[in-house]
Amino acid sequence: MLPIAHYLFLSLALFIIGVIGVVTRRNVIVVLMSIELILNAVNINLVAFSRLYGDVAGQVFALFIIADAAAEAAVALGIIIAFFRNRETVLADEMDLLKW
Amino acid sequence: MTPTGYFLDHLWLIPLFPLATAALMLLFGRRLPNTGVSLLCVGSVGLSFIYSVGAVSQLLAADPERRVAQQILFEWLTPGPMQMTAGNAIRFVADWGFLLDPLSCVMVLVVTGVGFLIHVYSVGYMGHEGGYYRFFGYMNLFMFAMLMLVLANNMLLMFVGWEGVGLCSYLLIGFYFLKKSASDAGKKAFIVNRIGDAGFILGILLVAVTLGTIRFTAVGLPDGAGYSGIRQVLEAARDSGTLGIIAPTMTAIALLLFVGAIGKSAQIPLYVWLPDAMEGPTPVSALIHAATMVTAGVYMVARMNAVYQLSPTAMTVVAIVGVVTAIFAASMALVQNDIKKVLAYSTISQLGYMFLALGVGAFAAGIFHLMTHAFFKALLFLGAGSVIHAMSGEQDLQKMGGLWNKIPTTARTFAVATLAIAGIPPLAGFFSKDEILGHAFEKSPLLWLVGFITAGMTAFYMFRLLFLAFFGYSRADEHVEKHIHESPPTMTVPLMVLAVLSVIGGWIGWPGSLGGNARFEKFLEPVLSGIGTQTAAEKAASHSLAMEYILMLVSVSIAGAGIWLAYQFYRAKRIAPELVAGRWPKVYQLLLQEYYVDEIYDAAIVERTKDLGTLLGSFDANVIDGVGVDGAGWLARFASTLSMWWDKWIIDGLLNFGAKMMQLFSYPVRLLQTGMFSSYAMLILVGLVVLLAYYGHHVQVLLRGVR
Repeated sequence: MLPIAHYLFLSLALFIIGVIGVVTRRNVIVVLMSIELILNAVNINLVAFSRLYGDVAGQVFALFIIADAAAEAAVALGIIIAFFRNRETVLADEMDLLKW
Repeated sequence: MTPTGYFLDHLWLIPLFPLATAALMLLFGRRLPNTGVSLLCVGSVGLSFIYSVGAVSQLLAADPERRVAQQILFEWLTPGPMQMTAGNAIRFVADWGFLLDPLSCVMVLVVTGVGFLIHVYSVGYMGHEGGYYRFFGYMNLFMFAMLMLVLANNMLLMFVGWEGVGLCSYLLIGFYFLKKSASDAGKKAFIVNRIGDAGFILGILLVAVTLGTIRFTAVGLPDGAGYSGIRQVLEAARDSGTLGIIAPTMTAIALLLFVGAIGKSAQIPLYVWLPDAMEGPTPVSALIHAATMVTAGVYMVARMNAVYQLSPTAMTVVAIVGVVTAIFAASMALVQNDIKKVLAYSTISQLGYMFLALGVGAFAAGIFHLMTHAFFKALLFLGAGSVIHAMSGEQDLQKMGGLWNKIPTTARTFAVATLAIAGIPPLAGFFSKDEILGHAFEKSPLLWLVGFITAGMTAFYMFRLLFLAFFGYSRADEHVEKHIHESPPTMTVPLMVLAVLSVIGGWIGWPGSLGGNARFEKFLEPVLSGIGTQTAAEKAASHSLAMEYILMLVSVSIAGAGIWLAYQFYRAKRIAPELVAGRWPKVYQLLLQEYYVDEIYDAAIVERTKDLGTLLGSFDANVIDGVGVDGAGWLARFASTLSMWWDKWIIDGLLNFGAKMMQLFSYPVRLLQTGMFSSYAMLILVGLVVLLAYYGHHVQVLLRGVR
């Protein structure tokens, strides 16, 4: 059985990739995908600790997060499509409406 | 027996007929044909005349001392309890009521009779004029007002008629309102009359507060119903011996009322409107400014004789004003060249005679002269109208002449009227004028002398007028000359009727000294006997028969002298009038320019009134508007400017300062707000790292605990 540290490093790697993607990429679809990566990093963490402590609650949480991610993706893609129809763009640095 | 009958019960119909047609004319007259207008308007006055004759004859059926018919239609003004000068409060009432006694009998017959003839005449005279319906509407309205004036049973209702005739006079003088002089003359008449009316209404008020009633008499009203009248109140005062207390008030009342009479009856100093009133159509001059309206003042003074006889001062004033007006106006008539102007001054002069009669206590003589004067002066004016009609509108005596055979009816009736006014027996003017002069002589030979000279002047200027207009050679223009024609029968028939009246009108007052029995005076006796103590016997005793004959002879001879002089001047041409005028050019100019009275009034009153207006106007513009209104405006603006600066710089300034500070301090914060979520995510990350770095060991402790 692999020690817990392996899982945590994998999870950390995924999380960092996701964060870098969110912070640096311009295309919001990529950003969305990066968010999915972050969520999955969390999932790995939860599942790993669940296995370590023999507590099934972590796996249940992971399932909730997957469902939540799906819903979030649906809503986010809807917003992006609506936004694209209005502004003809999906680039994050052109989306400064929040300022107003 | 008390007078009764259909006509007496329907007195109110007499003024109603002309009122109805006047309303019809003024509302719908434009759509009526001239024939309809003539029939309605002349017919209504004719109907009034018939009703008047009926009422008078029913009144005459009663005993002489019971000849009063009074009828109250309704209570008109009931202003509640009125505080009297004596201190007690009484119930004051002004009725809408009619009074027919011998005095109003004379007036109502003169007004409706002469009025009817003049209406008939107007059909011919005004036939070619525009505004035919308007003319007759005003004339009928005048008849209504005049009948209200003479039939009213109290002073306030009389005042309604008084103002009504003034209004109609104004409307009819200004009938040709497109002519500036005509509308000016109308205004002048109206304004001058206002001065008199102010006195009249003050007199009425003084009567009301002093005597507690403005009804002329209570006779003819049901006994015991609490009706009072001026005469009855004065009689009660005499019986209780309090006449002396109210005597000064009576003088004040009499003088105030006389101011009204001066205005309406064109006496000095308010006579100036009457000569100008000749701008109106000639029938108007005949009806309003000779026969009826201008005699309203005489009627009013006679009506108030009970008050006047208590005040010798007022009587003296009336007599002096009358006689001075008589000679003053006659002197102006001597030289006038406008045919209507001569007649206007003659009217003023004759009205002066009437006031002389009233002033010396001969009320009956004054009313008698009023009646005869109505006949012959209406005839003179209508004759003059006929002459003007024939001469295509020419009024200048210098451009007439030789009309005697060209317009025979007019000329002969005019001559009758001229003889009547000159006082040649047995025409109407002789009796009335002689009676006045006789009474004046009894009172004061000086009054008589002035009246006597005036009689000579009257004869002179009237015959001058007659000779200039109808005799000699014609001085008219050629095309006017060709056009001369006698007037239509509608005009000549009234002339003939009036000529007959001018001859026989005086016979009802045939004096006792000439074998008559002075029926006129006896008829009026019940109304005009004062409430004093003098009895009829005493009055009769003061007459001296021989004196009366002498006076008559003298006055006829001075009339003859006047006529002779006029004949020498203008018919026989033995004396050239120009020569006499040239001898005293200043006197001649003074008379011709009517003593410059209009100019003096203009300078002394009209211009000063205008100056006062200008002064008040500039006071208004500079002080009220300038200092008051503009100053207040300036102050308000100044205050609001101050307030605006406070608002703008202090209140708003503080707000703006706060906002500016906020803006300034928010600058760095604003830099963080890029609106781009990636930078927000970056910030979240940085924050997370910072938090973790700070609280890292706590996390370690936490994790260790879990393990």
